Parts: sequence; C-alpha cells; structure tokens
Amino acid sequence: MEVRFHGRGGQGVVVASEVLAKAAFRMGFEVSSFPFFGVERRGAPVTAFARIDKKPIRNKSSIYEPDYVVVLDNSLLKGVDVLEGLKPGGTVLINYPEGSVIPALKPSFKYYTLDANAIAAAHGIGSKVAPIVNTSIMGGFAKMCDWVSLDAMLETIRAVAPVKKEENVAAAREAYEKTREVVQ
Amino acid sequence: MTKSYEEIPLTPISDSPSTMNMTGLWRAFRPVVDISRCKKCTLCWKFCPDGAITLVDGVPVIDLKYCKGCGICAQECSAECIVMVPEGAE
Amino acid sequence: MRMVMTGNYASAYGAKASRAEVIAAYPITPQTSIVEKLADFVSSGEMNAKYIPVESEHSAMAACIAAETAGARTYTATSSHGLTLMHEVLMWASAARLPIVMTNVSRAMAPPWSVWVDHMDSVAQRDTGWMQFFCESNQEVLDTIIMAYKVCESRGVMLPAMIIEDAFILSHTSEPVDVPDQEIVDSFLPPYNPELKIEPGKAMGFGSLVRPDQYMEFRYKAMQAMRDAHDRFLRVEKEFKQVFGREYGGLLDTYRCDDAEVVLVAAGSTAATAKDVVDAMREKGQPVGLARLRAFRPFPHEEFRALASKVSGMGVLDRSYTFGAAGAFYTEIKASVYSCQKRPVMKNYIAGLGGRDITPKILEKIFEDIQLTAKRGGGDEVEWVDVAGLPRRWR
Repeated sequence: MEVRFHGRGGQGVVVASEVLAKAAFRMGFEVSSFPFFGVERRGAPVTAFARIDKKPIRNKSSIYEPDYVVVLDNSLLKGVDVLEGLKPGGTVLINYPEGSVIPALKPSFKYYTLDANAIAAAHGIGSKVAPIVNTSIMGGFAKMCDWVSLDAMLETIRAVAPVKKEENVAAAREAYEKTREVVQ
Repeated sequence: MTKSYEEIPLTPISDSPSTMNMTGLWRAFRPVVDISRCKKCTLCWKFCPDGAITLVDGVPVIDLKYCKGCGICAQECSAECIVMVPEGAE
Repeated sequence: MRMVMTGNYASAYGAKASRAEVIAAYPITPQTSIVEKLADFVSSGEMNAKYIPVESEHSAMAACIAAETAGARTYTATSSHGLTLMHEVLMWASAARLPIVMTNVSRAMAPPWSVWVDHMDSVAQRDTGWMQFFCESNQEVLDTIIMAYKVCESRGVMLPAMIIEDAFILSHTSEPVDVPDQEIVDSFLPPYNPELKIEPGKAMGFGSLVRPDQYMEFRYKAMQAMRDAHDRFLRVEKEFKQVFGREYGGLLDTYRCDDAEVVLVAAGSTAATAKDVVDAMREKGQPVGLARLRAFRPFPHEEFRALASKVSGMGVLDRSYTFGAAGAFYTEIKASVYSCQKRPVMKNYIAGLGGRDITPKILEKIFEDIQLTAKRGGGDEVEWVDVAGLPRRWR
C-alpha cells in the first residue's frame, strides 16, 4: 500500500505519515515513511508519504501512484491536484467542515470526510485558529482502511505525541467515530 | 639514516618537548623594554606567539632563549616602550 | 528492540551503542538531526560522552583528532559543504592513524544550491585515506557504525571511516531498525585501547616533521593498513553475523549475479531499489544482476575482477561526476578489471545528481541499455541519464 499526505507546514503532515507507518509496524507490517524532500516553511503546501508492505521494503524511489490520499487542509483542493496519480478505485480522506458538501468529486475513487479542525479544536490540540489536525486525521484513517486497527493507531499516537497525549488519543477516537464515507 | 617501514611507529612521534628547540637562535632583532615607561597593560604578554614573555609584577621579562625576534610585542605595546634592536648592535 | 526511525537516528543510536566517548560537531546547516539526537542522549545521561559544540566542521574534526589522540573513541557527523570544509583535517586524521568514525549525510555540492542527495561530497574525499562505506538501509547505517569501529581500531588498520547515508532517502526516511542490546554490542566491540596516546605528564609530539629520507615509509605503512582493512572488514562482518544475525555481503554486495549476463553496479540507496528491479526483470526471464559497491575504500578489486570475468556487460551508475573524466566509480572499476583475460563491455550512467529521483522505471531502462550495449559490443561510454534537452527519454 502506498499513501500520500497533503497539508500545510505546521499541521503535522510529516508526523501523520510517521504515525501511520508506526501503527502499521505495530500491526506487523514492514514500513517506510518520508516527507517530500524539501525546505520546510510554515503555511507552505507540504507532502509526505508512507509505504506499507508485508515484505521488507527496498524501493527507495518516491511514490507517484498512491492507493490512498489524505488531505489535511481542504484549501489545497484548489490549486493542488491532490488526486494526481491516485490508482483507480483509490481512496481519499479529506478534512472538511461537517454538513458542507465537497464540490465536483471525480468519480472512480472512494471518499471519506471528517471535520478534523473542529475535533482537534474541541480537544484543545493546537489553537482554535490553527488546530493541529494530524492525530484526528489518523483516527479517521483507521476507520477508512481495514489494515490498521483503531487500537494500534491510538497506541501509536499515545507514544508519539510529545504533549497532551490523552487529548490526542481522545480526538483520534472521536474522529474514528465521526468519519463517514461520502455517498455520491 | 632511513629506518625500515617495519621499525617506525604509525605516525612520527617525538618524546622530547618542543622547549628543546632554542628558537632564540633564529633572532635577527632583539626586543628591548624601557621598563620605566611600561603601563603594565600586558598586551605584549598576550600577543607573544611563542610564550616567551613572562610578567613579573606586571612588567614583561623576555626569555631570549626562545624569543624569535618577531617584533609583535613592540608593535602592540600601548606605551611604545619596546623597541627592536639589531642583534650585535649596541 | 525493533523501532521505526530515520537514518539520522539510526546513526545516533549506532554511535551510542558503540559507546563513543567524545562527540564534536558543528550544529548548524548542513548539520542534521544526528547530532541533535546525540546531544539529547548526552544531556539525559543515557550516553556517557563529552559533547563539544564547535564553530565549524574543520574544528569539529580537529577536536575529534585531539580527543582520539588522547585515547578516546570519537564520533562526528556532517554533510556536503561541511565535509568538504573538513578536507584538510581528514587527511590529518588518517595519516595520524586515528580510527575516528563519522557519518556523512551525502548531498550535492552548490551551486546550484541543493540540500538533496548525490555522492559528490563523499567521492571528493576519496584520497583522504578514510575508509568509505555506502549504506542502503537505516539498519545498515547503524550496524556499519558498530562494525567500522571494530575494523578501524584493529591493530593492523588504525584508520578512520566514513559511513555514508543518502540525504533524505535514508536520513529523513523512517524504517524499522533493530537497536541491539548494549551488552551484546559490548561483547562484540571492546573499549578503545590504542598502543600510543597522549598521557598527562609525559611530553610527546605526534605527527612531527620528517625529512624526505623518512616520509615514504610512513605512507607505505598507511597503504598496507588500507590494503589489509579489506580482509579485516570481511572477518569483522563474519563475526558480526554470528553475534547479530545480520550481514550485508562484504565490500561488494552481489545480488543475483551468479548466472547474470549483465550487471549494474550502484552504491547507496539506489542499489536497494535496483534489487527490486532485478527481481521484476528476472520474473520476465531477463538474466540481470546488481552489484552494490559497499566500500569505495578499501576498494574491492578482487571482487570486481571475479565478477567481470563472468558477465558480458557491466553498467556502472555514478551519482556524482568527475569533470574531465567520468564517474569516479566507473573509472576505478574499469581500471581494476583491465588485467582480466575476459572483460565485459562497460558503460557509465550518470544519474540522480542533486536529488533527482532514480525510479524503478529508469533503472529498468538502464538494465535494458546495458543488455543492448553488450550485444552491440560497445557504444558511447558515458551517458547522462534523464537530462532535459537530450534526445533519450527515461521517464
């Protein structure tokens, strides 16, 4: 499985890819996660990747045709082709305000949404203006895929979060429950 | 006499200190201090690249066994009380 | 314990497991999180070492030289322009026969300004007298640091080693890495105990002047040491396998080369990707193999000669370029196999400079090009891969 994450500097995009790799590792998979190699700036579009396999991973090339795409910041839907290279039948998880309808979804992919900004803010992770959404998003990821359990994800978040461990775990659990598939 | 590669250490090592080298023999000019004008600023002592100056009651004493005669002390002296005199001259 | 970590952390854990006693490092760009992690280990007391922050990479190596001369096991890490700033003192470290171990996060040289992988910085230090080990995984980075100390500190070697980690592709990529138990590492790697070191109260000068009548004998000894490091490394790796259960294939790691008609030689992370490509092409019935250049110094001459006499075509991928010649790996391998009775057709591929991704598709095209070149009996010797404006398409 190959996963690509889109977000902005400061949202914890790279950490999200590491959390997924470490949770999959807990599930017994071989893993590799890496940022889009570049110079980091707060607010700038950031991409990160995770590669998950049953066999040891030797491929050190980047990911061009992911199976999953995760969008941490929906403002990127304008301007960045987040679906670029996504395999037919691939799955997309988008952080989007609850009750709003995402315009013009391309067919042939599956979409899931959750309001990670609201969940992260409610649990006091980051600030109300700039919530850190990565842990909430990863709760949603556990719901969307069938190969990482919620428990593995929550244990990883508890181990990785530098502060507010239980708040991050609670946010991820709530996100898991609130993540919905978009019926087209 | 060149030693065989089998008889030498990994890198050249000398077991005598560098104070064995009497660098004062290199000197062409000798520093002469007019102690009556010394302000005890210690600049000469700080700048001497060979550690050939010691301070006695704040006043420089130059060890002529090691002083190479570079003249830095005379250049730096804030009281201009050190002059360089050609060796052999009075 | 198996943990998911970056190549930089694997380096830091390698230095910690090896019980480095002095770490001297310049902390600012192009430095990486290696020394940040080591500073954490030292300040938390997990590692019993003296950490010396210095004002330049030149000073970092100078401090390592002084500490190693006093008998301490030392470690440092650097990258790109930091490594090239060290050049003068790298020469000193090896000729003073100090077994320092250093990680270099290999990056392109500027300009154009770049923070991405290529091997120019490392290859430019070829003649400094350091051993150079290129790694393909984070696990290999950690393990090679432990092995390197044992090789470097051997009585018959006493030379420094550079562990080379591809920037971003290993340095910033998280992979599962087994961190060995300290007691097991301690049983494998005894404390550093040099025959000669600076001792308080005893006046000694190290590296002093020698006249033309004695200089060559010192260089001759260093030559012997680097030559003997080859077999010493193989023995240490064998022992490492007995203790830790892992090995990496000696100085030239050959993958499916036994019945291969053509092979590609590559170093670093590219070789790992190329092994996947070899498997895919083998499934389609293509007899190709991959030879991973693990050590540029000591250079595996015999291994290359044995390989060259078995194959009809040998491609060499260089992630750097020696202007006015060709890739440095290529020119050395070609010189090495010249004395073989049966020599393969050879070709040099310059690829992946400044972090340009070397994809499985590009590697497959390189393998196909080696097959074609071997069939034709030769052709252009040096080809730049994936350069916009050149006629051939690689993507």
